Amino acid sequence: MAERTEASGSVSVIDDGRVPTVVVDDVHVVYRVHAPVPGNTPLTAFKRIVSRAPSPTIREVHAVKGVSLVAYQGEAIGVIGSNGSGKSTLLRAIAGLLPTHRGSVYTKGQPSLLGVNAALLNDLSGERNVELGCLAMGMTKADVREQRQEIIDFSGINEHGDFSSLPMRTYSSGMAARLRFSIAAAKRHEVLLIDEALATGDAKFRQRSEERVRELRKEAGTVVLVSHQANTIRETCERTIWLEAGVIRMDGPTGEVVDAYEAFAKSK
Amino acid sequence: MRQAAVANRSHSPSLAELASRYGLRVAGDRPGLAAYTRLVWSYRHFIVAFGTAKNAASLSTARLGKLWQVITPLVNAAVYFLLFGVLLNTRRNIENFTAFLCIGVFVFGFTQQVVMSGIRAIGDNLGLVRALQFPRAALPVSATLTQLQQFAYSMGVLLLIVVASGDTPSLKWPLLVPTLVLQLIFSGGLSLGLARMGSTVADLKHLMPFVLRTWMYASGVFYSVTRFEEHLPAAFAKLLELNPMLIYIELARQALLEVPPAPGLPVPVMWLAALGWAVVVGLGGYIYFWLGEKEYGRG
Repeated sequence: MAERTEASGSVSVIDDGRVPTVVVDDVHVVYRVHAPVPGNTPLTAFKRIVSRAPSPTIREVHAVKGVSLVAYQGEAIGVIGSNGSGKSTLLRAIAGLLPTHRGSVYTKGQPSLLGVNAALLNDLSGERNVELGCLAMGMTKADVREQRQEIIDFSGINEHGDFSSLPMRTYSSGMAARLRFSIAAAKRHEVLLIDEALATGDAKFRQRSEERVRELRKEAGTVVLVSHQANTIRETCERTIWLEAGVIRMDGPTGEVVDAYEAFAKSK
Repeated sequence: MRQAAVANRSHSPSLAELASRYGLRVAGDRPGLAAYTRLVWSYRHFIVAFGTAKNAASLSTARLGKLWQVITPLVNAAVYFLLFGVLLNTRRNIENFTAFLCIGVFVFGFTQQVVMSGIRAIGDNLGLVRALQFPRAALPVSATLTQLQQFAYSMGVLLLIVVASGDTPSLKWPLLVPTLVLQLIFSGGLSLGLARMGSTVADLKHLMPFVLRTWMYASGVFYSVTRFEEHLPAAFAKLLELNPMLIYIELARQALLEVPPAPGLPVPVMWLAALGWAVVVGLGGYIYFWLGEKEYGRG
């Protein structure tokens, strides 16, 4: 399975007194995926169980193959790469949501992952989702009561009528994404991981959310941003990591890395 | 800490050394058992809100809405009464068969629902598990509480049935409370344990209905336990009488019925067994679930 092994020493560690908030040490992440396989009939399944052969329906996907990096306080790091290069998986591993297969992730405090598909309950009203989301992030009941209105206002879902009392399944995808971002951004985070979430919403909301990200960074946080849009990364991040096929291709100042990535993407 | 860092500038530390120098902790690490319990406790509001929300969501599209919480147990009892009371006539010399049967159906039904919702607790909420960091035990515990809420309605219906079928409330009724508390702890532990197994073995949720049905027939829901002694070898019948569900159902009957059926075991022994099962399975399930805390995001 681990057919490729990158040396963990590929990142030179220099302790220059800056405070690291995320240390990723030679991390490998393997997904177990249940995939339908042609020719998998009840009979073959039975044969397999009798002969104790491994199930072909469970396939392992080696999504991140030995990534090492250090992120520091106040830094905003962009992560780019083609689809399926392991960007979102890396973020989940940093957030401690996916167990690493090998290697370790060290973080300061509890990182928060902000993704577009953070699951909320679609049958419930927006208000109810705000409460649940905040409680799930570990806020107290009093905090939630205090911030509920603020979160709904920030998301702007009530700009065209009282949507916050309607079930979330009635929301447009943009509205739902805005509400999710607003919930996640309501809390102070030492490490905030953003997965494509800034791309949602209209221009006005995008501006507001970018402002919020800057504020979070000022509060001594580290922001890691995954995006397909080179522009978003150029505007928000000073350092960028280019991930390709689960391996770091490049790690450096945003300008250089994004240019190299764009040249690579065009040449394909 | 930062001063030490400057002094060390010359030599290049490993990443792990760097992390420990600045007091970073391993992401997604499993806290100790006591710390984990405190963490779960601090998420109690989430647990309650999530359970209530799920309950409301599941009923929100039904036209009769929350009325189903009362209709479901009633219809359940009616079906079993038709089958076992009228068609198969297993009542034999049981004084108040309607109440006898309903206690069995409702008490067993609770554990059954808790177990089934426990198995799905992680898999059904994998999106949430992969998106947010919270103690995973919150999910099966919250599922158990949702069922408890439903069970409270069933119990209300049950007490009405007991009275309507000819029994009068007695001073023994409060004994129902400790019985149900012990059953709740037992079922909760079972649900936690199965939640961990169900998170990796998806086949479990297909298999479990059959296991539960067999268990139900071995728990004296529809007939008196004395039947076991008549039909089975003595040693095996004795073993069956230690079946935790049988014990919880029998204790509930002892508390509620004016003329309870003859118990298989002496009542004090049943209380001890009820306590034992609750402690062993409740604690065991919790610890077993905690040991797997890091793995639940994998699916």
